[in-house]
Amino acid sequence: AMDTDLSSQDRKDLDKFIKFFALKTVQVIVQARLGEKICTRSSSSPTGSDWFNLAIKDIPEVTHEAKKALAGQLPAVGRSMCVEISLKTSEGDSMELEIWCLEMNEKCDKEIKVSYTVYNRLSLLLKSLLAITRVTPAYRLSRKQGHEYVILYRIYFGEVQLSGLGEGFQTVRVGTVGTPVGTITLSCAYRINLAFMSTRQFERTPPIMGIIIDHFVDRPYPSSSPMHPCNYRAGEENGAVYPSVEDSQEVCTTSFSTSPPSQCVFTVTKAHFQTPPPVVTDTLKVPVMGLAFSHQLSSSRLSYQPAAVAVGSADMGYPVLFAGGLNAAHPHQLIGPGKDGGVPPVPSQPAHGSQADQERICTPLDGAHYSAVTPSSSEDTETVSNSSEGKCGSPHDLLETIFIRKVGAFVNKPINQVTMANLDIPFAMFAPKNVELEDNDPMVNPPDSPETESPLQGSLHSEGSSGSSTGNTHDDFVMIDFKPAFSKDDILPMDLGTFYREFQNPPQLSSLSIDIGAQSMAEDLDSLPEKLAVHEKNVKEFDAFVETLQ
Amino acid sequence: APPQRCPSCPAGPAVGAVGAMNCRAEVLEVSVEGRQVEEAMLAVLHTVLLHRSTGKFHYKKEGTYSIGTVGTQDVDCDFIDFAYVRVSSEELDRALRKAVGEFKDALRSSGSDGMGQISLEFYQKKKSRWPFSDECIPWELWTIKVNVVNLANEQERQICREKVGEKLCEKIINIVEVMNRHEYLPKMPTQSEVDNVFDTSLKDVQPYLYKISYQITDSLGTSVTTTMRRLIKDTLAL
Repeated sequence: AMDTDLSSQDRKDLDKFIKFFALKTVQVIVQARLGEKICTRSSSSPTGSDWFNLAIKDIPEVTHEAKKALAGQLPAVGRSMCVEISLKTSEGDSMELEIWCLEMNEKCDKEIKVSYTVYNRLSLLLKSLLAITRVTPAYRLSRKQGHEYVILYRIYFGEVQLSGLGEGFQTVRVGTVGTPVGTITLSCAYRINLAFMSTRQFERTPPIMGIIIDHFVDRPYPSSSPMHPCNYRAGEENGAVYPSVEDSQEVCTTSFSTSPPSQCVFTVTKAHFQTPPPVVTDTLKVPVMGLAFSHQLSSSRLSYQPAAVAVGSADMGYPVLFAGGLNAAHPHQLIGPGKDGGVPPVPSQPAHGSQADQERICTPLDGAHYSAVTPSSSEDTETVSNSSEGKCGSPHDLLETIFIRKVGAFVNKPINQVTMANLDIPFAMFAPKNVELEDNDPMVNPPDSPETESPLQGSLHSEGSSGSSTGNTHDDFVMIDFKPAFSKDDILPMDLGTFYREFQNPPQLSSLSIDIGAQSMAEDLDSLPEKLAVHEKNVKEFDAFVETLQ
Repeated sequence: APPQRCPSCPAGPAVGAVGAMNCRAEVLEVSVEGRQVEEAMLAVLHTVLLHRSTGKFHYKKEGTYSIGTVGTQDVDCDFIDFAYVRVSSEELDRALRKAVGEFKDALRSSGSDGMGQISLEFYQKKKSRWPFSDECIPWELWTIKVNVVNLANEQERQICREKVGEKLCEKIINIVEVMNRHEYLPKMPTQSEVDNVFDTSLKDVQPYLYKISYQITDSLGTSVTTTMRRLIKDTLAL
């Protein structure tokens, strides 16, 4: 197409806009499938570094994958950029859920102003994408991912392949923007078979794949690019250039319930990818799984862990990602999935995203380090991400996941298995340092009554227990002589002690004795007919009386 | 049905008629349970305002300006199986919550009928010379008609949660379709005109000038304002 109408500066600008629009599109889509709530901050003073005037963070690996797929090209007619979202179960079955397509058609709008109108409309289109990514069925699925399935993404460039979506898939158009070189369109084709199953059903009914049968058909085009989990630990299979969790990082859950059930702690260590670790599970919903999935499961718990680890470490040299759920005081805390997150216990995010919680989430750890793309500058992001990639050091081995059972507070466990340091209880620092054994607890085993001394010298009130003397007179002790407190022997003819002894065992009340009771009952029964006759005679009086009450 | 009129110029020409400003009007209808009203309204209003807000403008010399950055965040609904994205601006959120809260209270106190509508209108100010006051010229009007239903038991409520969630998904898609038409938007203003086009009072974002109003439908099925107008007309006709 002849674009002599377009000045070379405009052409350059347009190409740049389309390129960064494509990259931001991928970021929005993948971030919307991470299973977490996204939050970015508005900033009134422009830093000049946020493309399309929107605060969309850049996950470096996603940008890397997108660039790899694009391989320096731009979307053009017949060459679309596609982001495929699929689901993979713990058994290893997978299913395509959505294909997001960024396409270009030939309809040109020569009149439109590139640097102004096209740019603003691309910004509007990204906002629409933010909105639409929350309303397709895969969003709710992705918010509940973690224990039985994970959500993966794959980027490819070329022809759109919709056959994996099953029959009757639906399409939603996000929007279009006309440009002098063609019209950009953004749309999503999504599987609807799942739409008839509420996500609750989906979780409860294994095996999921039995219900939808059409996806077992071999794909006509084998995946040319690897799948990635929509949660960020992946990339290790590529010989990761991206920072991963450092050695033997213990990751703690951030549950704050006062009497938690047994908690599950993931210890993420470096290990060889090939040999599956022995996975210890203990009465938890997390299934024992194949390695690929356990790797992904760990990743679902460790969203943006590199960012977490990178807190304060300047030598990572790595653009800090959005610190979803990161707590500055505990950089290694786990970020759990959203409102309906499952095992293990997730950070107590208030379900409604209260303001305080959201502002915490939004805190950019290092505001200047967004993967900066500067519309106004001529530099490219390449320099930024390249430098970070270079600094990241050697590839790490892949992660394995070991489940360790931790015991919560108030759990009745043999103490030798638990030390205070391991107890994940709130205010642990205030807990007593030496945990007493149950045996020593006076509330459990009261001390033996003292045997030797007190009866002989004893007072009415033995040590500490005021009522014990009544019990003591029966069997175990013979009172030879005792001196009741506050009594004076020589004043009264009858002292307190004598009185006490005389009246210590009073006879039973006659009405309480069984014989007498039985007798009177027999008498009562005999006298009943007489009494009834009397009552019947006086029935009218009784009725009148009742009426006065009403 | 009577032609749609803009709340700020009820005596003016109907939308679409000759002489009317290019005020496009969109109507959305939802049926919700009482406790879902607020979240449903906020979801729709925030989605519209997401598309109708920019970053803060900073004017420089020679009439150029730079634009601040708009952040966004996810909001989960408590009473609806639904989540939406809104602009990260607490001021804006507070303003919408206040309006929606008033609407909800008015709905509740109106009686058992439970019908009403809330309108979000985008307008431009046109300065007039003294003694005339400034004109407000609407250019886009969103109306959400609400029908409040009462449910009998928990099972129905659960179904309602899901159904309303699905309906709201459809509404979001509708809104995005309208936004994508790229129809009339006010021209980007010069520094002296910016307050006639945008609400510059917020510290972090800059929505187009907007106002929110609502009407409660009385049990006769006519809206209150219409009734009043008829009364006045009748009185004047005597």
